[in-house]
Amino acid sequence: MCKDRNSGGSLITVELPNVLCSYTDQNPSLVLDEPCNTVGDALAALGRKSPGALDRIMDEQGEVRRHVNLFVNGENVRFLGGLGTAVPNGATIYVLAAVSGG
Amino acid sequence: MAKEARRKTVKGARKSVAKGSRPPKTRRLTSSSSGNREVLLLVGTMKGAFVLRSDESRKKWKIEGPHFRGEAVYALLHDTRGDRARTFAATNSMHWGPTLRTSNDNGVTWSRPGPQTVRFPADSGRALAQIWQIASGRRTEPDVFYCGVEPAALFESRDGGESWQPNQGLLKHEHQPKWQPGGGGLCLHTIVLDPENPRRMLIAMSTGGVYRSEDGGNSWRARNSGVRAQFMPEEQRYPEFGQCVHKVVHHPSRPGRLFLQNHWGLYRSDDWGDNWVDIANGVPSDFGFAMQMHPHDPDTVYIVPIEADMFRATPEAKLRVYRTRNAGASWEPLTRGLPQRGAYENVLRDALAADSFDAAGIYFGTRSGKLYGSRDEGGTWTEIADALPPIVCVKTGTAGAA
Repeated sequence: MCKDRNSGGSLITVELPNVLCSYTDQNPSLVLDEPCNTVGDALAALGRKSPGALDRIMDEQGEVRRHVNLFVNGENVRFLGGLGTAVPNGATIYVLAAVSGG
Repeated sequence: MAKEARRKTVKGARKSVAKGSRPPKTRRLTSSSSGNREVLLLVGTMKGAFVLRSDESRKKWKIEGPHFRGEAVYALLHDTRGDRARTFAATNSMHWGPTLRTSNDNGVTWSRPGPQTVRFPADSGRALAQIWQIASGRRTEPDVFYCGVEPAALFESRDGGESWQPNQGLLKHEHQPKWQPGGGGLCLHTIVLDPENPRRMLIAMSTGGVYRSEDGGNSWRARNSGVRAQFMPEEQRYPEFGQCVHKVVHHPSRPGRLFLQNHWGLYRSDDWGDNWVDIANGVPSDFGFAMQMHPHDPDTVYIVPIEADMFRATPEAKLRVYRTRNAGASWEPLTRGLPQRGAYENVLRDALAADSFDAAGIYFGTRSGKLYGSRDEGGTWTEIADALPPIVCVKTGTAGAA
């Protein structure tokens, strides 16, 4: 359970694409169980549950990979505050492959 | 002047060949119709890896794949040192980045991806873009492997590929800030070990050139004397480093003799890279990427010349492999079975390979997805596959008891 430090609040859920489910025992939906106020916090928490999944989302310098998009409640965080984007109580973070491909 | 230099080079090469002592016997696989070994052809493409299997006759191939669908596979290795066979694949997803996968059953099944094991330290400021080369360590160290990566760095594993450490001597090399990416990126693509001297090894990168270590990888010196950097201003065309070296090969029976395919230039060194001489004698172009050593003859090397950096296609629209059997004194085109009209092909640096049989099998793949093989050392060629995704890597292996 991801408790918001300020509100003592509710769950943060991370929805993963199928291709990353091999890192999470085929579970596409992870509920985080530690405090996280921002997208960066949530990804760090995800990394503690599934380091392999985090390595596919971010490189070892902590940069979100170029062709990966993160949405919080329907908004792409690239156009919000990036990893500093706040995650409200009960938020769902979607991890999606960008439109690019080959 | 250029002619004089060329003539001198040819003479030097012949002299060197004549003087060269006969190489010690290398490990040959003798093919026979009754043999039960499986011959593996590992093909990396822009959209996955294919594993081709044949018996020792190498007449018919069964194609499996693609493994790692949609991911580019620039590096493959089948390693049989020690008491096990292990196959490595470096996969790279445009979306999800690079990772290293292994197979313990000769490429039938592959490990599930886990946490990234080839990774730069946080304080390096760098992040892994791609693994360009996976190389076995020496025969006496079956758990040692090396990876050459982009951005240019060398990683070493001493536990069979479970964990990897960056080579600090290269990571912190004083030249490092000046290495520049070539067209494919700033990649360390060549790893050459001295089988006799465990302290000596050599790497090559594009662009940066050749570097050699004499102290087990603690320190590295640029070894590019005589290698041209055509893309530099005229008075700076032979710098200490910064050359765009595309591939370096050698034969373990004569390790100090190296052959180098450059971004413009074909070279040989007889002193572990201290000096390089031009051996572009009779080739239609000295530009190219791929270079492969013959498995048993230290005088025989294969290349696929490409017309130019600004037109990366086979010269005169003819698909020709060139072979030297005299250490570069002369080269001959190998064309039987290859298209000699309308063939605007390119063969990349790791897409030319040889097996270890007595009549060596030579294989190559093109960027247009055609795979060719020869069972007679390049004398005749057969098309093995004609519509794979763009091929970037071809490697060989054998499985099963003799």
